[in-house]
Amino acid sequence: MPKHTFRLNGEEVTVDVRDDERLLWVLRDVLGVTGPKYGCGINVCKACTSHLNGRAVNPCAVPVGALRPTDEITTIEGLADTVDGELHPMQEAWLEQDVAQCGYCQPGQIMAAVALVRRVAEEGREVTEDDLDGIRNICRCGTYPRIREAIKSAAGKM
Amino acid sequence: MPSDGMAKTPESDARGPGRRRFLGYVLAAPTLVAAAEMSSAPRAAADGIPSPEITELVDLNDVMTAAALPTSGLITVEVNEDGTVSFALPRAEVGQGITTSTAMLIAEEMDVPVERVRVTLADARPELLFNQLTGGSNTTFSTYTPVRVAAAVARQRLLAAAADQFEVTTGELTLKAGVVSAPGGRSAGIGELSGKAAGSTSERVSVSLKPRDQFRVIGRPHTRVDALEAVTGRKQFTMDLDVPGALPTMVCRPPTINGRPGTVNNLDEVRAMPGVTDVVVISTGVAVRADTFGRCIDAVRALRVSWKPGTAEGKSDASVLKELRAAEPSMGLPSLTPSVEGSFIFHFRSNSALEPNCAIADVRPDRAEIWSSLKSPIVAQETIAVKLGLPVSAVKVHVTEGGGSFGRKLFFDAALEAAEVSKKTGKPVKLMWHRADDSRQGRTHPMAISRVRVSYAGDTVLGYKQRHTSVSTDLGHGLGELLTAMAAKLPVGDIGFSETFFQLSQSMPYDFGANSRLLAETDKGFNTGSMRNVYSPDVVCARELIVDRLAAKLGKDPYEFRRRFLRDDRARAVLDKAAEAGEWGRTLPDGMAQGIALHTEYHSANAVLVEIDCRPETVNRRVRDGVAGPRVTKAVVVVDVGLTVNPRGLEAQMMGCLMDGIAQTLTSSLHLRDGHFLEASWDNYFYTRQWNAPLEMKVIVMPDTTGKPGGAGELGVAASMAAVACAYGRATGTMPTTFPINHDILSFGPKPTVPPIPASPADGLDHVR
Repeated sequence: MPKHTFRLNGEEVTVDVRDDERLLWVLRDVLGVTGPKYGCGINVCKACTSHLNGRAVNPCAVPVGALRPTDEITTIEGLADTVDGELHPMQEAWLEQDVAQCGYCQPGQIMAAVALVRRVAEEGREVTEDDLDGIRNICRCGTYPRIREAIKSAAGKM
Repeated sequence: MPSDGMAKTPESDARGPGRRRFLGYVLAAPTLVAAAEMSSAPRAAADGIPSPEITELVDLNDVMTAAALPTSGLITVEVNEDGTVSFALPRAEVGQGITTSTAMLIAEEMDVPVERVRVTLADARPELLFNQLTGGSNTTFSTYTPVRVAAAVARQRLLAAAADQFEVTTGELTLKAGVVSAPGGRSAGIGELSGKAAGSTSERVSVSLKPRDQFRVIGRPHTRVDALEAVTGRKQFTMDLDVPGALPTMVCRPPTINGRPGTVNNLDEVRAMPGVTDVVVISTGVAVRADTFGRCIDAVRALRVSWKPGTAEGKSDASVLKELRAAEPSMGLPSLTPSVEGSFIFHFRSNSALEPNCAIADVRPDRAEIWSSLKSPIVAQETIAVKLGLPVSAVKVHVTEGGGSFGRKLFFDAALEAAEVSKKTGKPVKLMWHRADDSRQGRTHPMAISRVRVSYAGDTVLGYKQRHTSVSTDLGHGLGELLTAMAAKLPVGDIGFSETFFQLSQSMPYDFGANSRLLAETDKGFNTGSMRNVYSPDVVCARELIVDRLAAKLGKDPYEFRRRFLRDDRARAVLDKAAEAGEWGRTLPDGMAQGIALHTEYHSANAVLVEIDCRPETVNRRVRDGVAGPRVTKAVVVVDVGLTVNPRGLEAQMMGCLMDGIAQTLTSSLHLRDGHFLEASWDNYFYTRQWNAPLEMKVIVMPDTTGKPGGAGELGVAASMAAVACAYGRATGTMPTTFPINHDILSFGPKPTVPPIPASPADGLDHVR
């Protein structure tokens, strides 16, 4: 099988899998990185949201063969290492708001939130209610109001 | 209440003279292990005379608690040498926060920091019989006293050990933050004292519990004990466990509900696919085991199977509606006085959590081991043992942390399948349902019709009748057995357990004269379950809409009208608080309105006030692969659960209940066509999303009125659903009668049923943002 090299949470990794193996299963089943969760497998629930070069990506819809060796994948496990300190400000905000209930969707929610705040900052503006309405990640426990509060609070600290 | 049977001889001790004492145990062990058993049964009230308000005498929580009592076995609190305290909770944590609240109870009683209490989930313990079932919002209700008793025994032993060590009396000692201090600056941590405090033989001891006025942990907001693990991705769910050899496994399922596999036309071809290790026919379909789930998805899609019919062949929403109409009990003769009447349709709803059904199984010839999030692990263990032909004692069942449940995990469909596949392949398996499987073959909230009639004369309400007719709710997960076992002891006569469950869970908070409610069930062909709050959301939604209509007919304000007829002070207090905090009656633009509703259950009371925006610019917002529709812009949820252990957790539960209520009124349903549900994923099934969530939400936890915890996890769904429906009715001027309100418009293109699961998309890089 072909070898694929990319960067994962700051380190180069090489995996020996088929080109069309979706990144989600490379992470979870081959590399044992289980922070990104399966919730639909068709890029609609967003539970697997991670970062590709700092932007939100859904590994369930990315064939590993599409990644370049220089591409940096960051999962929830590597998020804190992108900042100084023990945790990323978004994770801190999540703890302050006690957002998680079952927690299954929360790695994806946090990664989506970080990408949103970065994108909005690049556009030189503040996070709006419309931006928050645009988050597509499902939380079946219904933690949406606390997610909104946590993002508003973390946005100023990123 | 659970504590009532535990009173023992009144003795005085250091914690207050004349305080009630409870019996616990110290078990023989190298380090301190303190234990308690569940208390004796509450007295079932009223000499077998049925009351129109049976829930005031005994409700579902009492039955579950009572059923647990004679056989409960012991629950144990262990003090470890590193100063931590361990407790294996015989319940399932699925997001509702019971590991946190249980850690708080132990921390309170032992005066150790919450962070040092390690609450894990107990494996299936058959000796606990009915007492390992998570449901009915019963956990805190039934464990509140026993957990504290075990912790109090531990505390007492630790103090005695320290007194011995320092040669002082226990009265001279203080225990704070896990450290026992003696006069003269001497101190010892509880970890150091554990060995000395341990029992050489098991013995019974009596203790008193910390009085409420000394609580420092219970009643104060606490962040979840697993919050850090959740936000760092370290929290482990079933699919995250690394069980040696347990390779990914999925099942190719039939195109119709509960169809059966016939012949597989390309078995060898699929067995030869890359990464595939096994393909076996099982009772529910064709199972594929492979190196990765990606390989499983491809193999499932490649299988060509001839399917046999299922249990709902040819059925549709319309045909089930016809069945329900035919099964409706009579409302009796028409009312001779003026009356208000309504009939409401509630469509099927998906009971899926975000974590799909999943389980790991390792079945060997002489034993089996299962890992899954299970709310009825003992029933699962017994059923799996029968299926495998093994003694119960040879089947070890580990209860894992669950990614949501909402009643779903009362069933163990995936665990049973995983066991079957592991047995057939002779290999360990990590079995997961695809989301499409979960949507189409998973458990549902059954479709129902609720008919309500209220008769009145002048300002007096003379009678209230409700006939709830539903597709059968499957209670075959242990709760049913429990109720069957207890039914003879209840003042309801010899009726079936569905009706018993219905009667015990449905309250009538209004003084509406002669009150009667009945459940009729029909059609066992669907995979149904006790979805969060079970019958109550539909029953209460129908009732509250009729209350609004009656108020309007009598020219009364909906809030004032409810207030006048409420029979209970706690219910009136939550309603008043909701009206006050939600500024009931404030002026809103045309197309917007408030709604208010009330529900009492689980010895708790809940009122919800919402504001809804039904203006075209809001309703017609465009959302890709989603539904916008009317938006609840503001919500106030007021809750009285008696004694609140963790207000922060309670607020979280009410928030979730509110989101469920919004979904069930406005957007979430399954469409049945030709024997299958059209919905196959989250872009078809419209649970509340950020664009549907209220912009403003307040949860108000009322001060303790009873001194005892009531149920909370499901409490808020009914009043939330009803309040949204009432608000919608007032905003549009039309009382909604079909739920969700958008059911008649199909907002998506259905995915194919063959193959049963969609292909994995490959365009993810085009959507990076």
